[in-house]
Amino acid sequence: MNSFLLDALARIVGRQWIRHRPAELATYAMDGLPTRESVPGIVVMPGNPHEVREVVRLLHLIQVPFVARGAGTGLSGGALAEGDAVLITLTRLNRILRVDPVQRRAVVQPGVVNARLSEAVAPFGLQYVPDPSSQAACTVGGNVAENAGGPHCLKYGVTTNHIASLEVVLPDGSITRLGSDQGEPWGPDLVGLFVGSEGMFGIATEITVRLEQIPESVRTMLADFTTVRAASEAVSSIIAAGIVPAALEMMDRACVAAVEASVYAAGYPTDAAAVLLVELDGQIDAVAAEAQTVQDILREHGAREVRSAASPGDRARLWQGRKKAFGAMGRIAPDLAVQDAVVPRSALPQIMDQIEEIRRQYDLTISNVFHAGDGNLHPNISFDRRNPIVAARVQAACREIMAVCVAAGGSITGEHGVGSDKLDYMPWIFNAETLGAMRAVRRVFDPAERANPGKVVPVHACREWHAVKSARK
Amino acid sequence: MSDAIFARLRALLGTSGVDRDVHGVARACPDTSDALSLVCRLAHEEGWKIRVEGRGTWLPPDAPADLVVTTRALEQIVSVSPADLVATVQAGASLEALRRRLADYGMWLAVDPPGRPERSIGSVVATATAGPLRHGFGPVRDHVLGCTVATGDGRLVNAGGRVVKNVAGYDLTKLQVGGFGGFGIIADVHFRLRALPRADVTLLARGARDGLTSAARELVSAHLLPGALELLSPALAAESEWVLAARFVGTDAAVQADVRRLGSVGEQNWSPLPTDRTAAFWSVAARGSLGGPITLRLGVLGDGVDEAIDLLSHDLDEGLVSAGAGLGMIRWTGDAPVDQLRSLRRAAAAREIPMTLERAPWPVRRALGHFGAYREGVGQIVGRLRDTFDPGQCLSVALEGADNG
Repeated sequence: MNSFLLDALARIVGRQWIRHRPAELATYAMDGLPTRESVPGIVVMPGNPHEVREVVRLLHLIQVPFVARGAGTGLSGGALAEGDAVLITLTRLNRILRVDPVQRRAVVQPGVVNARLSEAVAPFGLQYVPDPSSQAACTVGGNVAENAGGPHCLKYGVTTNHIASLEVVLPDGSITRLGSDQGEPWGPDLVGLFVGSEGMFGIATEITVRLEQIPESVRTMLADFTTVRAASEAVSSIIAAGIVPAALEMMDRACVAAVEASVYAAGYPTDAAAVLLVELDGQIDAVAAEAQTVQDILREHGAREVRSAASPGDRARLWQGRKKAFGAMGRIAPDLAVQDAVVPRSALPQIMDQIEEIRRQYDLTISNVFHAGDGNLHPNISFDRRNPIVAARVQAACREIMAVCVAAGGSITGEHGVGSDKLDYMPWIFNAETLGAMRAVRRVFDPAERANPGKVVPVHACREWHAVKSARK
Repeated sequence: MSDAIFARLRALLGTSGVDRDVHGVARACPDTSDALSLVCRLAHEEGWKIRVEGRGTWLPPDAPADLVVTTRALEQIVSVSPADLVATVQAGASLEALRRRLADYGMWLAVDPPGRPERSIGSVVATATAGPLRHGFGPVRDHVLGCTVATGDGRLVNAGGRVVKNVAGYDLTKLQVGGFGGFGIIADVHFRLRALPRADVTLLARGARDGLTSAARELVSAHLLPGALELLSPALAAESEWVLAARFVGTDAAVQADVRRLGSVGEQNWSPLPTDRTAAFWSVAARGSLGGPITLRLGVLGDGVDEAIDLLSHDLDEGLVSAGAGLGMIRWTGDAPVDQLRSLRRAAAAREIPMTLERAPWPVRRALGHFGAYREGVGQIVGRLRDTFDPGQCLSVALEGADNG
C-alpha cells in the first residue's frame, strides 16, 4: 500500500490507529475460520462514526476496496481482506449510546460486544436475545453483517428479528438511516435487506436493537439418549406438541467427550450417544406445566435420564458446556473447522448417519453440536492444518457434508454466513438468475463492488443483470 | 391495442390462460411461475404496463395498465411439511384455504391480516399487512422463509429458502415482503408454521381509550404473553366504547396461566369471549378494515398509541381504528381527501412516525404513494432497486407517489 494512503488515513484516525507492518498485519490474516488466510494491505481503526465516514470517503475517492471487521470471530472467512484492501476494524466504536427500558430499545455502536449489551440492560429486566456461542467476544456490528443466530433463536428469532433501525455509511461515504425505532420501515424493508449482507452494502455505524424482557421463569433440562435418532425424534415431538422451547440443543458423543474432558465439564453423561439441552422460559406456572410435558415426551422417546437444573449456577454450568463446546474441541487438535448447515428437521437422523459415513470415509474426528430445534447443524472437524494431506481431507469432507445437506433440501449456512468459505456452494442452492439478482442488488449499494469484495456471490456463476437507467431522481 | 395484447397473451398461455377484466382489459392468468415469468417478459419487451391482481379483495383493480396479471390460477398449496413446520404456497391461494389445509395437519400460520379470509397469500405478503397476532408472533416478514418472484422483465428469482434458518446470500425476501409489488410479482411463498394452538382464549375489556392503553402497557410489564393485544375503536368493534382484546394462544398450561394472572393485573374488568364467538370476533375486526376505501398504518411504539390516535382523530376522524396497544402499530380505515392524508403524513413524519398507505383508490395511491417521501438517501436506493427488478417500469405500482407527499 502506498504511503500517500497511509498518511491520509493517519490524518483521519491518528497514526497510532494504523497497522501496516507485516508482523502487525498477521493478526488480521484470519478470522475464526482456520482454513483461509489473507493479509490486508493496511488496518485502520477509526474511533467514532465520523472517522468511519471519512475513511470510507477517502477510499471511495481513490477507489480502494475495504473490508469492515468486528472482533474477527466470524466462521466463514467473511472478514478477510486481500493485500490491495484496507481493513476497517470497528472495535473502538464500542459505546452503548442509549437504553430505553420503556420502549425496549438500545442504540449501540457496531463494536459493542454482544454479551456486554445484555449485561448492560439486565438491570432493567431486559436482554438482547441473539446469543451466538462467541457472544463473549463477537460484536453487534458483526452480528448485523452476518445475521448471527445462537441457541435462543429458536423461540426469539435471529439478529434480523431484533434490529429496528440502522445508520449506515454506504461505500461512497454517504450516510443514510434505514428503518425506524418502531420497526415499521419508511418504505421497503431495507433494514431486512442490509442485515446479513456480510459487509458488502456498507458499514453500520449506529444500531438500534430491540430488547426483550428477561423471562420470569426459566427451566433448563438435560436428557441423554442411546441413539441420535431417538433424540431427534424427541425434538420433533416437543415441537409437534405446540411447545416452543427457548432453546433445543443437541450434542453427540464426540462433542460430549470433548466437553467433559475440558475445563468446561458440565456433567454430561459421556456414555450417551446424544444429549439434548432443552430450555423453557415464560411465566412460572406455564413453564412448570410445559416442563412436565417435555419430560414426559423425552422419556417416551427413550431418554435414560432427564435432569433439571436446580439452581442458576447449575443452569449456567449446563450451558457452559454447550457454549464452550467449540473451545473444548481445541484440546483434540490444533485446528477446528466449524461447519454450519441447515436441514429440514425431519432429515436430522438421516443426515447424522451420512455425516458419520463421511467421517469414516475420510478418517477424521467430527464432533456434532447443533441447534436441533431448527435443524441447524455444526459438524466440527478437529485437525492440524500443518498437515496438508489432512487439511485437504477436511476440505473434501466439508464439501461432502454440504452436499448431503443441500440434497436433503437444506441450506449451506444457517448463521455463519457465506463469506469466502462457501462461495463455491452458492450455485448449489441458487440459480444463475438469483445469483445475478444478488449481485445487482449489491451494485445498488456499491456500484464499484469495493466493500468486502469477493465474498458471498460467486461472480462467475451469475447471470448478468443490466438495469436500465431511468429518469428517476 | 387491447385486442392485440389479448391475442399475444392467448398465443402464449392458451385460451384458458387469458380473459378480460370488467373494463375489457386483457387479463393473463398464468398457472405456473414459468408462465408468469413469460408474461412479464413479453410485457417488458413490448413496453406494456402491468396491473397485478390477486383474488381482488384488497387493492381496488384500478391502476392504469395495458394488461392485468392475476395470480388467481396460481392457487396450489404446493406442500405442507408438518415435521418441519414449513409450507409452500402459490401466491394466488387464499389465506382461508391455507388455514384449512394446515389445520388438517395440526399446523397453523400465525398471521391474521385485515380484510376478507379469501385474501390471497401474495396480497398479504406483498403488502405486509399483519394483524393483531403480530403482538405475539411478529410481523409478516417473520413468517416468510423465502419466495419465488417474477421480476418486471420476467426473470425468476428464488429468494430465501425452505428451511427455518438460512443466511445464504442476501436476504432478498425482505424486499418482497411489504414491497407492494414494486420489485416483482410473487409466484410462491415458503412459510414458517407453528403447531395449531391447543388453547385459544380471548378476553375483552371496555372503557375509555387512555385507560385501556395504560392497561395494555401494565399487562405487558407483568410478563403476560398474549398473542394479540389489540385496541379497537368503537366503530370497528361495533360497541359504544373502546375495546381492548387480549388473545392468548398456546398450550393449555400457558394460556391458563396467563388468563389467571390477567385478573390480578390492573383494574380492568375482563370478560372472556365464549369459545364459539372468538373466531367471529376477530374475523369481524379484520373485515372492518374494508369498511372504507382507504386503509393506512402508522408505525408507532406502544406508548405512542394514544398520541397517534389523537393525531388521526384530529387530521381525519376516529373511524375504524385497530391498534397494537402493547407494542404499537395503528391501522386506520375510512375515507379522506388526498390533502388531508398528505397533511396527516407530514404531521406523522414530524413525530418520526412512518405512514404506509395500505389500500386506496388509484388516484390516492398515485398522489401519495404507499410510502410517500423517503428519508435522505433512501429514495435513491429504492429507485435503483426498482430499476433493478423492473428495468422497463412495467409494474404499475405507486410506491412513492406523484407529489412525494
